Amino acid sequence: MIAIRDLVKKYSNLTAVDGLNLDIYESEVFGLLGSNGAGKTTTIHMLATLLKPTSGTAIVNGYDIVTQSAKVRSSVGIVFQAPSSDDMLTGYENLKLHSWLYNVPRQIRAKRIAEVLDLVGLTQRKDDQVKKYSGGMRRRLEIARGLIHKPKVIFLDEPTLGLDPSSRESMWEYIKRLVKEEKITIILTTHYMEEADLLCDRIGIIDKGKIIVLDTPSRLKEMIGGDVIKVRLSHEKQPNIELLKKFSFVHKVEQSNEDGLIHLSVEDANRNLPIILKYIDTEWVEYTSPTLNDVFLKSTGRNIKEEPEGGFMEKFARYDQK
Amino acid sequence: MEATSTILLNNVINVMTFTESLGRLYALWLREFKVFIRERSRLIASTFTPVLWLFVIGSGFGSTHPSTGVVDYQKFIFPGIVCMSVIFSSVFFGSYIIWDRKFDFLKSVMVAPVSRDIVFIGKTLGGMPNSLVQAAILLVIGLTIGINMDFISLVQTVIIVLLLSFSLTSVGLTIGSYIESLEGFQLIISFVVFPLFFLSGALFPLKSLPLWLLLLSAIDPATYAVDSLRAAILGISSYSFSIDVVVLLVFTIILAIFGSYSFRRMRAV
Ligand SMILES: Nc1ncnc2c1ncn2[C@@H]1O[C@H](COP(=O)(O)OP(=O)(O)OP(=O)(O)O)[C@@H](O)[C@H]1O
Ligand SMILES: [Mg+2]
Repeated sequence: MIAIRDLVKKYSNLTAVDGLNLDIYESEVFGLLGSNGAGKTTTIHMLATLLKPTSGTAIVNGYDIVTQSAKVRSSVGIVFQAPSSDDMLTGYENLKLHSWLYNVPRQIRAKRIAEVLDLVGLTQRKDDQVKKYSGGMRRRLEIARGLIHKPKVIFLDEPTLGLDPSSRESMWEYIKRLVKEEKITIILTTHYMEEADLLCDRIGIIDKGKIIVLDTPSRLKEMIGGDVIKVRLSHEKQPNIELLKKFSFVHKVEQSNEDGLIHLSVEDANRNLPIILKYIDTEWVEYTSPTLNDVFLKSTGRNIKEEPEGGFMEKFARYDQK
Repeated sequence: MEATSTILLNNVINVMTFTESLGRLYALWLREFKVFIRERSRLIASTFTPVLWLFVIGSGFGSTHPSTGVVDYQKFIFPGIVCMSVIFSSVFFGSYIIWDRKFDFLKSVMVAPVSRDIVFIGKTLGGMPNSLVQAAILLVIGLTIGINMDFISLVQTVIIVLLLSFSLTSVGLTIGSYIESLEGFQLIISFVVFPLFFLSGALFPLKSLPLWLLLLSAIDPATYAVDSLRAAILGISSYSFSIDVVVLLVFTIILAIFGSYSFRRMRAV
C-alpha cells in the first residue's frame, strides 16, 4: 500500500527524516511511535505531499509522492496534529466544503456526510459552529473530514493529543470502529505507548528520523522477554517447583535475593498462570508484562515522555511557531 | 474517425474538470461568504473610516478648496471615498490568508486535490461581498449629500467596484502569501495602501499633480477606478469610462496572474 524508499528530509542543517525505508500493507493499522521531534509529522507530511522530500520517495496507493502528487492527494486522507477546521463554520459546513474540494459526486454527497458524522458520533452537533466544540469533538470532526472522500489510506497525526483520558478512550473506540467499518489502511503517529499497543497491528519506533525497530506489539514485547510472575509460597519446600521448570512455557525459575520471592519467567501469563497455580501453594501472586515503554527504553536508551513538556497548550503554541 | 473521438473524449474530460473546478471555486467562495456574514463587525469597522473621511474632509476642505470645477468638493470626492473603502478592505483582506495558515485551515485545503489557482481565485472572490456591501452602504449615505444615480450608473459602479476589489485583493493576497506574521503584514500594507489611495486622485483632480506624480498615478489601478466611478456617478472624468474600464481589467488580469503565481510557490506547511 505504501512503500517508502530512502526518504530524507533536511531542514537547513537538521535532518528530520533520515533515510526512511518502510512498507505498510493494505488494511493494516500502522503506528509510528516516537518522542517529540522524532520526525513523525515530517514523514506524514511528505507522504501526504505537503512537503517535498530532500531525497528519496514513496509510493502511496501506487502513485509516486514526488511525481504524481495530485493523484496521491485524491486517494489519501489526513488528520493533522493541530485541528484545522474553520471554526466559524458548522461541522456540517466544514464537511460540505471538503466534499466539494474532493469532488465527492453530488448524488452521494449528503449520504456520505451523514455517514462520517455518524461514524464519529457528531450527528447531534453537526449544525453547531466548530468554535463551540470541545477539543475531542474537534478531533473527531477532523477524522470525519479526512474520511469524506473514502480514501484508501488515512494518516492520523497524534489523534489523541491533548485529550483527557476518557475522551482518549472514546477516540480509540472511534478508531477501532473505523478499522471495522471503512476497511482502510491507517497510519497513526503517537507517543502514547498504550495507544500504539491497543490500536496498531504493527509498530515502528522512530527516533531521530530513523526506524529503529519494527514489529507487532506482542513480538516487540517478547523481544524484552516474557511475563514475570512473582509468588510467595504458603509453605517452604515444595517439590513441584522443580517440576515447573519442565513446562515449555516456563523459561526460568529462581529465588530473588532482593525480595525473597520466587520469580518465574513465563510466556503468556494470562493463560499459564492458572496452570502454574495448580502445582504450587501460594499466599501471594503478582505478575507483570513487559510494556512497549520497556521496548522503547531498550531500543533508544531513553524513556518516552508520556506527556510532552508543558502539556498540551504549550505543545500547540510550539507547533504554531513552526 | 479515431482522432475525432479522441478529441471528443478530451473535450468531455475538459468539461468535467472545468465543472469540478467551478464546484471547488464555489465551495471556497461560499466559505468566505459565510464567514463574512457571521463576522459583521469587520464590515462596520471598514465602512466607518471612509464615512468619516467623506464628512470631515469633504465638508472641512470643501470650503477652502475651489479647484474642482463643476461640482462641490464633497460630491467630487464621493467616488474617491467609495474607492478608498474598497482599496483598504481589499488589501487588508490579504491578512486572512495568514490567518488561514496560522490555524492550519490552509493546510487542509492544500492537501486536497485542488489546484493553487483555484485556491487563489476562490479566496479573491471571497473578498468581493465585503467590497460590494461597503459600496452599497456608501451609496445610500451618498443620497444624503445629493448623489443620485440611475440604473446605468449603478451597474457601472458595481462593475468598477468588482474589478478594483479583485485586483487589490490579489495584491493583498500576494503580499500575504509571502509573509508569516500579521504584524509584518500590517506594516507592509501601510506602505501599499496609502500610496494607492493618495495617488489615485480620490481627493483632488489629477491635473493638479506634478508630472512625476502623474506618472506614478498612471500605474496605480485605483486611478482608473476613481476616474471611471466619477464618470459614472458625476459625469466628469479625465479619461473616458470605457478606457478606464479596459485599463482596470488589464491590471486585474496581471495582478491575478501574480497572485496565482505566489500561491503556487507558497509552502504548504
Ligand atoms: N519547518 C521546519 N523548519 C525547521 N525544522 C523543522 C521544521 N519542521 C520540523 N522541524 C524539525 O524537524 C524535527 C522533526 O519534527 P517533527 O515535527 O517531524 O517531529 P514529530 O515526531 O512530529 O514530533 P512531535 O511529537 O513533537 O509532533 C524536529 O527536530 C523539528 O524541530
Ligand atoms: Mg508531530
